[in-house]
Amino acid sequence: MQIFPCPFCGPREEHEFLFAAEAGKVRPEPAAKVSDEEWAAYLYHNDAPKGIAREIWYHQTCGTYFLMTRDTVTRDVKDSRFLSEAST
Amino acid sequence: MTTRYSSLALLREGFRGHRGWRPAWAKATPQPAYDAVIIGGGGHGLATAYYLAKNHGIRRVAVLEKGWIGGGNTGRNTTAVRSNYFYPESVALYDLALRLYEGLSRELNFNVMLSQRGMLIAAHTPAQMEICARIANAMMLNGVDGELMGPKEAIARLPLLNQTADARYLCLGGIWQGRAGIARHDAVAWGYARAASALGVDIIENCAVTDLRIENGSVKGVATSLGEIRTERLAVAAAGATPGLVAGAGVHLPIHTYALQAFVSEPVKPCLDTVLLYLGTGTYVSQSDKGELVFGGGLDRVPTHGQKGNLPAQEKVVAGLLEMFPAFAQLKLLRQWAGVVDVVPDSSPVIGPAPGVEGLYLNCGWGTGGFKAIPAGGWLLAHLLATGQHHEISRPFDLDRFIKGRLIDEAAGAGISH
Amino acid sequence: MSGWRHPDLGQAVDRSRILRFSFDGAAVEGFAGDTLASALLASGTRILGRSFKYHRPRGLMAMGAAEPNAVFDVTLDGRTIPNQRATLTPLLDGMQVRSVNTAGSAGRDPLGALDLLHHFLPAGFYYKTFMAMGWMRWEPMIRRMAGLGRVNANWHPPADVETMNAAPQVLVIGAGPAGLAAAKAAAESGSRVWLIEETCALGGTLRWRGGQIDGADWTVFRDATLAAIEAAGGRVLTDTTLWGAFDHGLFTAWQRRSDAPDIHWRLRPSRTILAAGAIERPMWFSGNDLPGVMGAEAALHHLVLHGAVAGRRIILATAGDGAYPVAGALCAAGAEVTIADARHVTPDAPEGVHLLRGTRIEAATGHGAVRRAVLDHKALDADTVLMAGGWTPSVQLHCQAGGKLDWDETRDALVPRPGTSAVTTVGAANARYGLSEALAEGHAASGGSGPAPRPTVETGWSYAPLRPDCTLKGRVWIDMQNDVTLKDVAVAAREGYTSVEHLKRFTTLGMATDQGRTSNFAGLSAMAALTGRTIPETGTTTFRPPVQPVPLAVIGGRRRGALFNPPRRLMLEGAHKAAGARFREYGGWLRPAVYGAGDEAALALEEAQVARATAGLYDASPLGKIEILGPRAAELLDFTGYVRMSTLTQGRARYGLMLSETGIVYDDGVVLRLADDHFVLSASSSHVAGVIQKLEDARQDRFGSDGVVIIDRTAYWSTLSLTGPAARSVLNRAGLPDHGLPHMSVAETESDCVPLRIARISFTGDRSYEISVPAQQAAAFEARLVHALEAEGGRRIGLEAVMLLRAEKGYILVGKDTDGVTMPHDLGWTAPRERRTDEFVGKRSLFTAEAGRSDRRQLVGLVAEDDRGALPTGAHVVAPAGMRRSQGFVTSSGPAPGAGGSHALAMIEGGLSRMGEVIRIFHLGDIRHARIAPACLFDPVGGRLDG
Repeated sequence: MQIFPCPFCGPREEHEFLFAAEAGKVRPEPAAKVSDEEWAAYLYHNDAPKGIAREIWYHQTCGTYFLMTRDTVTRDVKDSRFLSEAST
Repeated sequence: MTTRYSSLALLREGFRGHRGWRPAWAKATPQPAYDAVIIGGGGHGLATAYYLAKNHGIRRVAVLEKGWIGGGNTGRNTTAVRSNYFYPESVALYDLALRLYEGLSRELNFNVMLSQRGMLIAAHTPAQMEICARIANAMMLNGVDGELMGPKEAIARLPLLNQTADARYLCLGGIWQGRAGIARHDAVAWGYARAASALGVDIIENCAVTDLRIENGSVKGVATSLGEIRTERLAVAAAGATPGLVAGAGVHLPIHTYALQAFVSEPVKPCLDTVLLYLGTGTYVSQSDKGELVFGGGLDRVPTHGQKGNLPAQEKVVAGLLEMFPAFAQLKLLRQWAGVVDVVPDSSPVIGPAPGVEGLYLNCGWGTGGFKAIPAGGWLLAHLLATGQHHEISRPFDLDRFIKGRLIDEAAGAGISH
Repeated sequence: MSGWRHPDLGQAVDRSRILRFSFDGAAVEGFAGDTLASALLASGTRILGRSFKYHRPRGLMAMGAAEPNAVFDVTLDGRTIPNQRATLTPLLDGMQVRSVNTAGSAGRDPLGALDLLHHFLPAGFYYKTFMAMGWMRWEPMIRRMAGLGRVNANWHPPADVETMNAAPQVLVIGAGPAGLAAAKAAAESGSRVWLIEETCALGGTLRWRGGQIDGADWTVFRDATLAAIEAAGGRVLTDTTLWGAFDHGLFTAWQRRSDAPDIHWRLRPSRTILAAGAIERPMWFSGNDLPGVMGAEAALHHLVLHGAVAGRRIILATAGDGAYPVAGALCAAGAEVTIADARHVTPDAPEGVHLLRGTRIEAATGHGAVRRAVLDHKALDADTVLMAGGWTPSVQLHCQAGGKLDWDETRDALVPRPGTSAVTTVGAANARYGLSEALAEGHAASGGSGPAPRPTVETGWSYAPLRPDCTLKGRVWIDMQNDVTLKDVAVAAREGYTSVEHLKRFTTLGMATDQGRTSNFAGLSAMAALTGRTIPETGTTTFRPPVQPVPLAVIGGRRRGALFNPPRRLMLEGAHKAAGARFREYGGWLRPAVYGAGDEAALALEEAQVARATAGLYDASPLGKIEILGPRAAELLDFTGYVRMSTLTQGRARYGLMLSETGIVYDDGVVLRLADDHFVLSASSSHVAGVIQKLEDARQDRFGSDGVVIIDRTAYWSTLSLTGPAARSVLNRAGLPDHGLPHMSVAETESDCVPLRIARISFTGDRSYEISVPAQQAAAFEARLVHALEAEGGRRIGLEAVMLLRAEKGYILVGKDTDGVTMPHDLGWTAPRERRTDEFVGKRSLFTAEAGRSDRRQLVGLVAEDDRGALPTGAHVVAPAGMRRSQGFVTSSGPAPGAGGSHALAMIEGGLSRMGEVIRIFHLGDIRHARIAPACLFDPVGGRLDG
């Protein structure tokens, strides 16, 4: 049972959270000027890093989206912060 | 030396202390160059090598495995084989695999213990039964065996299924596929390895690929822990390790990696004769020939590369098993393990050339369903490597489907996940 | 007969309480305090089971979780638990014990003849045969012969195990000397210590070896430890197995209680000290699986605690000092004991014990049990052979917690590499076998102040490393339960299965229910020798939970029946029940399907017809009520929805869709605008959480924290939907204001001080009022409404009736009439896709090549061309002639309560441009014909919405 720190609520058990996406993607707009390839890359491309990953998570109980940095192998959590504090 | 396996050979070797058996596959060391190199010594990689040699006569082939063969998801699943799918594209793929499985023991001269004991996907609400009808009809139209089973017949096949008033879900029937079943997972890897090795393929264990060598957009070889290997045809069949291997070549994949757990109880005498997936609990279970209940459920929902299961999924899957079969609460959990599965958004595999790199081919994204597809994955990837062209069955599974928006989403299409 | 009961010894048994039980039908007696193992040993019963593959006779070999052979189906009070390990099962009066995997009894098993064929059944033989006629031909026979115990079909153990969480400051695993010292030191420094012990009592080896610590009997030290733990607010759990180390420092423990259900503990300690001890290694000689061959420490354990003596003529084979006290104790108990020590330099023999130095055991012989032992080519009569082959530290939990191991040459063991896991390993688990070093290490691990506890007398524990000798003649067993011999390892090596994982999988070594406690080291070292590698080069298999088999009932806990995925319940469930509702789960909510007894389909149709004729009332409370507030609320809804909501005027309602970024219809629902900066979104009942997640995603990613907030008020309101031509009259009769609301409008009002929100929204095609009332006041309000409803000739209707009403009107249910590829224009809703110039979620995906195909599956209606009733839902559409290729499928179907006849909705390739076409419907081999029609069959012009 992993413990994730929600920046709003504090440490909570993993089943309260949903993984949303890898961090750092910018939604390409406007639609009319976005190619199929760009759009597919935005929707689907992932790095699935082995090791340190920067990810957007959703805390279901309070509704907060936040940026979490963790190790996908050891599962250590390195950092967690509000999106507004994220310097992407 | 005894090469061919048979009862007679076993008898003969029995009289001389089994000293005449040859290694199942030769422990090869890398040659400087190959006609084709396959990264990943799991079922898919080994099957690819075998069919390259067998179907296409390409025998200067190396399979590079960073650990021991069959040690990834091939050896970490619940061993079910089936082709009860909805979309024609999926049926074509998985039924090719099932048909090949049906002749595999004899083809490889290695008993993979295919047990076609049948599989039931069981429903408990009228809405689910309607979806089951939709799938069963699709299977019939797609030419595979599938039937919609009513509650009486379904329950008759599951004598220990709890159907008393305290059951959370009463079974209304479901989809039955008689040709579905289980196979011995390790044997599939070993059988392909042995047959490929006999055809001249080099199977190189403890050989980690550290980099792909690409010049002017074309594959030239790989750097490995055992040195450089030259090749102009390179296939990656490395499941969750695939994104990391191809990232350096500028290839991006729609993959997330998750842990999927499987569980084994202590062995007991026969008490469950079919493979069951119960939609109400999300738990699937079969009984191995050894007598163990082999079961599993959903993914651990935290992306990971660690082959380690978490407790919440464990508690949930076990509870699901006991909800269906409360008598199994007499038993103990013996083993549990996790594989790192490579999940793509539509839960269908990626088979095809890697965009932008000449000579690089992919076979990944099998998610939770890779074991059942091993023969087809190998067959189709071998076709790609040998001809440079898609087989008609693999064409829909090209990576370009994400750009075109033509996803093959079984879970969403049929309301039933893998 | 070899085992016997000593007249005096046995500190754990109560000789005044005789317990009677049966083994394979024979009556046996034991004492309170016995385990099944000690009682059977003392009774002289030698053959306790049969091996998995060859059905060889097997006897008691070990103690605790390491026992591979004595595994039974144990019945008490008519309830059988399969595969119980005799060494871990306390004896109870009236137990009926049956050996597993025997045809007949353990003593007489005709399948024992299989052993004669062993030459032809080496490791992995099944990979090489059974192919000729197909595996299925052989499988039933193999399955019948495999498996240990039997599941009792008629007993459902209750789901009564509680799951408990705790966060001790210090967790100490194992209450042997090292664990006690660690717990004492930690508790004395003020830490809340939880001390977990697998057996029924504290002390570990001290219990049967005894000893003095700090000048007093060890029990004084134990009691002081207990007192210190209690004083610091800690806890001691005996009969508790710590079975798993999980992520982020979580441990799981299984506590067994005799008078209450077991407990599933989830422990999250700040510090963890592992003092799990070590497993005695067996020795490897021909016939080492015969009944009568036993671990030396196990023999001492059974002797001292239970007075169960292993035999009368005992050979004790060893190469270590630790076995000498065992020999002494057995000799003192009255057995004739000879030590065969492989070493030339040894301690002195204990009094009365015969010592053979430099002597190795080569074989144990006998039919069905030990009769002789062969020592350096000389046969000696013996009824028992004890083995003391050294020790294997129990490092599983260190490894489960991510720890690595190092090979310690001097201690001849794999030991935890410090710092590689969050667990500190001490004592025998860290290969510190001596009492003083175990105590010192435990003390130090807890940062104990002052000198560590010291034993008065130190026991010698050194031993010479022993390895399996692959050149030995005869059959030398490594894994007793799974019947793996040294020859099998050699076969695996010869065939290339040299990686430890391949060895395990090919031979099944270590995969039995004892989890290889006594066999893994032997297999590993044999493979190392055969392949010319060192033990660390050969490596170990991965350790994973559980440390020993744990009941599924413990892990599953209380989640069963009503507590398994419990559905959400309506506030008005009582009222529905009183009205005769039959409930079913819809989207996670338990809701009335129909009211009354009888055929469900007929009832549903009847209810729907009443609703069409006069009025129907159904409980729509699960509909989401998500409030979006703030100056930028409209902007957020525009972005997240397919239809713009900023153009909606105050007091009005608009139907919309929410798409995913892939352009797929995620949910549909009506948005109400209560004020310029205040909207209510009614999401589908099963999609509320998901819709909020999507709204929050857009809000936090795009709008920042200012300007708009999202509040879920679904649970605050109960919602009743009143529908039918008489709906307005019902409202009037109930004394409720209608406010002259037009279709698709909303008013906030009150009645008798109860706040109400009344919306003119229809899911049936008839004039409808969706009335939301605070849930706490819903019961009285509903009673009033029903009273008026019934006076007008209307009635309550269930969800099945609502489904018929909405389907004939062509109103979709997302997830039923749509699937994972449905886009809004597939539903015929093209305007926003074609006209909206602003950004919205999913927009770009609506313009891929795939999204633009004309043969996409589109929502249409179907009218059967025959009079065989409604088309079956799930049937597929195939072309009128030619190949039977699926062109789509029926998504909803049933009788049409308003229009008459039947009606179906279907997703059909290019369906919107195929109106009037007759197609074939395929269902389970049956073919019917139907005509493609508009989705809406009932009141296509919509007059009834304002009727």
